[in-house]
Amino acid sequence: MIGPVLVFAAVFLMATSFVVLWRAFRGPTVADRVVAIMAVATKTTVIIVLIAVYSDQKSYVNVALVYAMIGFVATIGAAKYLIKGKLD
Amino acid sequence: MITEIIASIFIVSGLFFMFVGAVGLIRLPDLFTRMHATTKCDTLGAGLVLIGLMVYAGFTFLTLNLLMILGFIWLTNPTGAHYIAESAYIVDLKTDPRDKR
Repeated sequence: MIGPVLVFAAVFLMATSFVVLWRAFRGPTVADRVVAIMAVATKTTVIIVLIAVYSDQKSYVNVALVYAMIGFVATIGAAKYLIKGKLD
Repeated sequence: MITEIIASIFIVSGLFFMFVGAVGLIRLPDLFTRMHATTKCDTLGAGLVLIGLMVYAGFTFLTLNLLMILGFIWLTNPTGAHYIAESAYIVDLKTDPRDKR
């Protein structure tokens, strides 16, 4: 019974992340693009968890955890590059 | 049966908050207001969806994994937003005059 809800949630989050990607396409500043990419990373993490629960493959959840870590590192790297001009 | 209904309610309310965050990111006029909308709504939406999946999974090992992802998102999403806001405030980014909104 919960299967159609999971599929609807995944498709809805995919459409929402395409809407967010428009802000990453024409953000006026760099920080707008970074914020949009951070939102896309969070939505993608939730999509991967939904796919893991729907297809009953419990090891896919670890993929979502690694994706969340990569998104966080990308955000911190972009912000530090904005401040310092280099990545030391 | 009742577990699946409760999980569906949590998941759909999380989707609503995610949609509100996307609308705020598109419509709001400034960088800091956009960051306010998208970060809070994404954190709450991801939290509600993952809580719904935890209710559906029951007391298993999958729930522990989902709890770890939830704690990581709740820890790192406000931290990243705070750091981006600090960098945009320090650098004082100018908006492009070609941008209407």
